Amino acid sequence: MLCQRCNKKDATVHYTKIINGKADELHLCDECAMGNNEFDTSFSFHKLLTGLIDSVQAEPMEKRDKDIECHFCGLGYREFKQTGRFGCANCYDTFKAKLIPLLRGIHGHNAHIGKVPKRANQDIVKRREIDKLRDELDVLIAREAFEEAAVLRDRIKELEDQLGR
Amino acid sequence: MVKWLNETGLEKDVVVSTRIRIARNLERYRFPHGMSLDESAKLTDEVLNAMKNFSGSRDYKFIKMNNLSPLDKMAFVEEHVISPGLIQKPDYSSFLLRDDENITIMINEEDHLRVQSLLPGLNFKEGWKLCNDMDDFLEENLDFAFHQDFGYLTCCPTNAGTGLRASVMVHIPSIVMTGYVNSLIQGLNKIGLTVRGIYGEGSKAIGNLYQISNQTTLGEKEEIIIEKLNNILYQIINKERIARNTLLEGRRKEMEDRIFRSLGLLKYSRIMNSKEAMVHLSNVRLGKEMGIIKDVEYDDITNLMIEIQPASIQKSIDEELSKEERDIRRADLLRKWI
Repeated sequence: MLCQRCNKKDATVHYTKIINGKADELHLCDECAMGNNEFDTSFSFHKLLTGLIDSVQAEPMEKRDKDIECHFCGLGYREFKQTGRFGCANCYDTFKAKLIPLLRGIHGHNAHIGKVPKRANQDIVKRREIDKLRDELDVLIAREAFEEAAVLRDRIKELEDQLGR
Repeated sequence: MVKWLNETGLEKDVVVSTRIRIARNLERYRFPHGMSLDESAKLTDEVLNAMKNFSGSRDYKFIKMNNLSPLDKMAFVEEHVISPGLIQKPDYSSFLLRDDENITIMINEEDHLRVQSLLPGLNFKEGWKLCNDMDDFLEENLDFAFHQDFGYLTCCPTNAGTGLRASVMVHIPSIVMTGYVNSLIQGLNKIGLTVRGIYGEGSKAIGNLYQISNQTTLGEKEEIIIEKLNNILYQIINKERIARNTLLEGRRKEMEDRIFRSLGLLKYSRIMNSKEAMVHLSNVRLGKEMGIIKDVEYDDITNLMIEIQPASIQKSIDEELSKEERDIRRADLLRKWI
């Protein structure tokens, strides 16, 4: 039997595809079979991962209409679901809500407890302090304690400058 | 001799090499798969500038992927000094290689940076120190993408958190021969470890060599991930040694026959493909492990297993060879060694 695609070489790969009870037969030579995506049986890590994304985030169809997009790299969530790869570090914030169940699915955890870069460590401490001072500032302003509030405001500004904002 | 084999390591009768890599990305850049050539050049410059401040005693050589011939690229992969992923987009990728080849900093692989340490035998302690120290230096000079909750941010969420992959290559012929290898692989998968062939994801096991690594990177400290792997590894080492003794006690003649046949083939063959060579070198290594062959070092066998690979053979004589010519050249090389 000749290959159904090139009609030149002998068919060596015989393939029956059954979809919803309808059977299709395909007879191809080695070369044509290699180029046929239907024979791609490799289980790459990304393919398996995208399967996991779907299972963690099975949503009703109608909800899928609106796609979230990362403002830095432009990656849409739908595209991420296909490739399993983010476009930039900012995507982690953009897709944060959806990411937590996904990370749990992959790692069994969703929070990092390992190494922290020393500079980021200081930044994190500063950010936390800024948040705390802002809360205090709101209280002082509500009490109309403007002199004390001014001190806090300067301190917040100083910290923000240090963070390079 | 492959340079990185010059270091010391433990348990060499089972563990061939220890590799640790950490994935890091820079803020304000798209990940490599989506970046422009300009962006990748700018990022590379930023990394090189940071390295100018490096004051360690060792020298690093900067190698651009598209300055290498296809042979040279493949030879670096065969040596395990760079990953197969690094040669996929040669216009974007480059690497910094320490003079002893124990550390590589890969630029624009799947992530912006992949710092890898590679040592012979079992040596997690030194391997982690090498990576960790380099990471400490780099973070002082570069803005790494780091998230308070998710840790180091990586292109693929499977690497997020620590970005750490610790792996060892083990030679476990006795476990294979006694029929335990499949249950070992299943068992390791169940406890969150990955088992692969020698050239990483998707490659087949040749020469009874398996690569074992952690699968998850988030939610545990780096030291714990490594310690767990180390502990499990000792169980595998013990299992291999027990299986080896069982084989020696019950099937000694058969083992001797297998080992000396391989030695004979390596000594007298005139044509040998790489797969066949790996099988026989594995048997010679088994001979050393069983004490049947004495005058050979483990690292010499590891070195040969690399040097007989297709690209390395051609690189050694700086000439492109057909498959048939390579097989002849490989047999020559092996005869000379034996």
